[in-house]
Amino acid sequence: MALRFGILVFPGSNCDHDTEHVVANVFSQEARLIWHKEEALGDVDVVIVPGGFSYGDYLRSGAIAQFSPIMQDVVRFANDGGLVMGICNGFQILCESGLLPGTLLRNDSLRFACRWTHIRTEQTSTPFTSAATPGQVLRIPIAHGEGQYMADEDTLDALEANNQVVFRYCTADGEVTPAANPNGSARNIAGIRNAAGNVLGMMPHPERCAEAALGSEDGAVIFESLLKGTEVAA
Amino acid sequence: MSTSTLEPPPVTRALAEDHGLTPQEFNWICERLGRKPSFVELGIYSVMWSEHCSYKNSIRYVKQLPNTGDALLVGAGEENAGLVDIGDGLAVAFKIESHNHPSAIEPYEGAATGVGGIHRDIFTMGARPICALNALRFGRLEEPRVQFLLDGVVRGIGDYGNSFGVPTVAGEVFFDEAYEGNPLVNAMSVGVVEHGKTASAIATGVGNLVYIVGSDTGRDGIHGATFASEEISEESEAKRPSVQVGDPFTEKLLLEATLEAIEAGVVVGVQDMGAAGITCSSTEMSEKGGHGMVLHIERVPTRESGMTPYEIMLSESQERMLIICKREDEAALKAIFDKWDLNAAHIGEVTEGERVKVYWHDELVADVPAEHLCLGGGAPVYDRETERPAYLDATQAFTLADVPDITPASAEATLLQLLAAPNIASKAWVFEQYDTMVRTNTLVGPGPSDAAVVRVKGTNKGLAVKTDCNPRYVYLNPRRGAQIAVAESARNVVCAGGQPLAITNCLNFGNPYKPEMYWTFVEAIAGISDACRVLNTPVTGGNVSFYNENPEGAVFPTPTIGMLGLVEDAEAHATQAKLPSAGEMVVLVSPATWQHRNDLGGSEYLATIHEQTTGDAPHLDLAEEHAVQQAVLQLIRDGFATSAHDVSDGGVAVCLAEQVIFSEGQGLDLAIDADADLRLDGLLFGEAQSRIVCTISADTLEAAREALTGVSVQLTTLGRVTDTGRLQLQVNGTPVLDLSRDAIRLPYTRTLPQAMDAPRT
Repeated sequence: MALRFGILVFPGSNCDHDTEHVVANVFSQEARLIWHKEEALGDVDVVIVPGGFSYGDYLRSGAIAQFSPIMQDVVRFANDGGLVMGICNGFQILCESGLLPGTLLRNDSLRFACRWTHIRTEQTSTPFTSAATPGQVLRIPIAHGEGQYMADEDTLDALEANNQVVFRYCTADGEVTPAANPNGSARNIAGIRNAAGNVLGMMPHPERCAEAALGSEDGAVIFESLLKGTEVAA
Repeated sequence: MSTSTLEPPPVTRALAEDHGLTPQEFNWICERLGRKPSFVELGIYSVMWSEHCSYKNSIRYVKQLPNTGDALLVGAGEENAGLVDIGDGLAVAFKIESHNHPSAIEPYEGAATGVGGIHRDIFTMGARPICALNALRFGRLEEPRVQFLLDGVVRGIGDYGNSFGVPTVAGEVFFDEAYEGNPLVNAMSVGVVEHGKTASAIATGVGNLVYIVGSDTGRDGIHGATFASEEISEESEAKRPSVQVGDPFTEKLLLEATLEAIEAGVVVGVQDMGAAGITCSSTEMSEKGGHGMVLHIERVPTRESGMTPYEIMLSESQERMLIICKREDEAALKAIFDKWDLNAAHIGEVTEGERVKVYWHDELVADVPAEHLCLGGGAPVYDRETERPAYLDATQAFTLADVPDITPASAEATLLQLLAAPNIASKAWVFEQYDTMVRTNTLVGPGPSDAAVVRVKGTNKGLAVKTDCNPRYVYLNPRRGAQIAVAESARNVVCAGGQPLAITNCLNFGNPYKPEMYWTFVEAIAGISDACRVLNTPVTGGNVSFYNENPEGAVFPTPTIGMLGLVEDAEAHATQAKLPSAGEMVVLVSPATWQHRNDLGGSEYLATIHEQTTGDAPHLDLAEEHAVQQAVLQLIRDGFATSAHDVSDGGVAVCLAEQVIFSEGQGLDLAIDADADLRLDGLLFGEAQSRIVCTISADTLEAAREALTGVSVQLTTLGRVTDTGRLQLQVNGTPVLDLSRDAIRLPYTRTLPQAMDAPRT
């Protein structure tokens, strides 16, 4: 049975088609685009909030999208234990919606940055990373102007203590260094999960590196993890 | 000129002149209308007869460009952009356009709306944009004003394109004093559409409805087209309100809604609103459709109250389209735009006849035959005076005798200086601010390749795209310089694995009323034509931008070429300049009878090291060029060439250094044998055309040579790829270069960040 992915489409989403392509054409799963004005997700196993510039991000990234009708059902779905993954703008929206702690500030360079980075997989006991090896380094692109993850020290300490930091920016060899941090994120954080473990947010784009032709297949491990998770459940 | 009073001012000769119309043009208007135009009509004529919209001083020559070819589905001028068949039932719409004047005074919005405008030209045809390119030219990088402009232009392009969700995959950035005060911002969009699903910019069907969709209409950009048709001066700052303001978010919604409406079959015709806004779209669609139109412009949704009919007709507010739909499809059209939270306002009908009648609350404020206004119709067409520029006598008389040659001992220092020159140094500072990967089609992005390769999902194919023009060559020899611009853009596409198919061009020149300038324009058109004929790349359209001139002088004549190539098997043929594994052979592919030569005229070497832009443009023979390109394309398609990089700015030494920089630890160990009388600077840094450095595995080199039997090229083995990371080169047995990758990478990568990220004092 194919896994059913629901991919949200806000006005201004622009990685919706890319995510659909990876899910449907690379992993042969069911992908359904869900318009933000809809009020129910319907039957889905995984919700992906894709990248882009929802509502133009003129106010603050993700600030308006959280009020879209569909988001109420996403919150309900997440609270019921459903799997939700936010990529880039999707991560920002999940933070704004309160599904994930912290926030994303402008990059410390004050410039948009699109380039290849490396991230280290800090947690493999999540449904999103179970196919990865502990500490696995992924070569993965970023493309954002507001990707500097920030939270107060207590929140950051709690994230670490609860094993909620899933990815950190690192060198090609897996070293977490200031130079490997492309945007000034606190503690080099590139991706986190919620306390329950069913919601993931990450700034880098796994859908952009799930095919060898695009320069890296390292992002595939996230989709493979999701598939593997359902095999276990089934 | 005040436009906000409620009572329109009386139309006088002086007011017409204020609108940029010559006395003769004003007389024509009066004669053809049989009366004096109304104030709104004066605005309409002035903007439609502006250089920017009418091409009045260029169209005679632009029409001489070769514009036919088997792959062309829509030729130049027929629609908003040309359309090229790429097989599999798909076609590519692509076009390049300038936004120079707005960017000169308001770089962020000027560049952003340039990007928005060119994308609208593509999706108004029903094609989804899949990538963008841009060609930028500025004054000297060390100038604070230039840094301000570069920063603003790059942010503008980035913010617009990134939000719109189309990757910016290639382009060029060039710095020279000639562009101080007159930066050039040329933006190109490439889109894909299924055959038979294109939309037309045409108004037909009496009684069909005219809709304006998208953004509200505001007071921005009024007379933008007229502003773009004069020289930049101190007063230009006061024309800042002529610059439009962009909203990429609305453009993204407009894209999705427009494509949805076209797909749903509820669109009879559609035209985007760029220069001259409602005026241009309504009159051009009427003219093309052979129909008239009645518009009730008080129904146009406006951004602010109190706008006059004059302002509404001339506003260049962005992110708007004019759509013609049948009455029975009206509800469906409105539902689509409602879904995307966009305006769709019914503002008129298609009528019999040829007149566009504009009403303002039942008062007829303009009544003009569309044919009067349009290119190819009644708009004026001029042939201007030409005169060979006097400066050419001096530049052509240049000899190298006064330029000291380098020595084997100074070769390395010279190379390092060239690698740090802004025109050669890495442009990563620029392109990392652009989303180069969104849409997940970018197989080869900016950086280590001569052209970008973007795959076309659902097929095995890819598009190889590049913009190019070395304006120094055009300045020194307009005809050959323009030939080289076409040849080099084609060569770049070939090096990336693509067969050049067609071009779009953006002709940036000075004031056409100056005979010397006009001569360079006419010569450049001839040069483009020469090259396009030999390389089989017809011209599908483009734009002309005159008046890139300020009191200090004109820009270099700059005919930017946007080349489209087809990569038959995208994943197999996409090729980069990065070096393959150690041990492979390095081969120079050149014309059969070619010999190393002192081709330093117009070179980066002369400009950077000797601070001169002089001499003649470098050697080019188009037949030789074509042979070299076909040979390298065959080497790539047959799987022989594992990398390819053309020799261009900075000559063979810079070409080889870049290959080491782009690679991951590989080096080069090479030897060149040349005529002992040849100058060392000429050999290393000369920019003779038609040369491509390829790598081929030692096992297959002989087979590769055999595969090229009958092709008029020579393959000269220069040496091998090594695993040392060093660039090592001997000339006639004497070592001249031995540099580590870090030594050449540092100057290459730090120039732009140092200039742009340094703390401002």
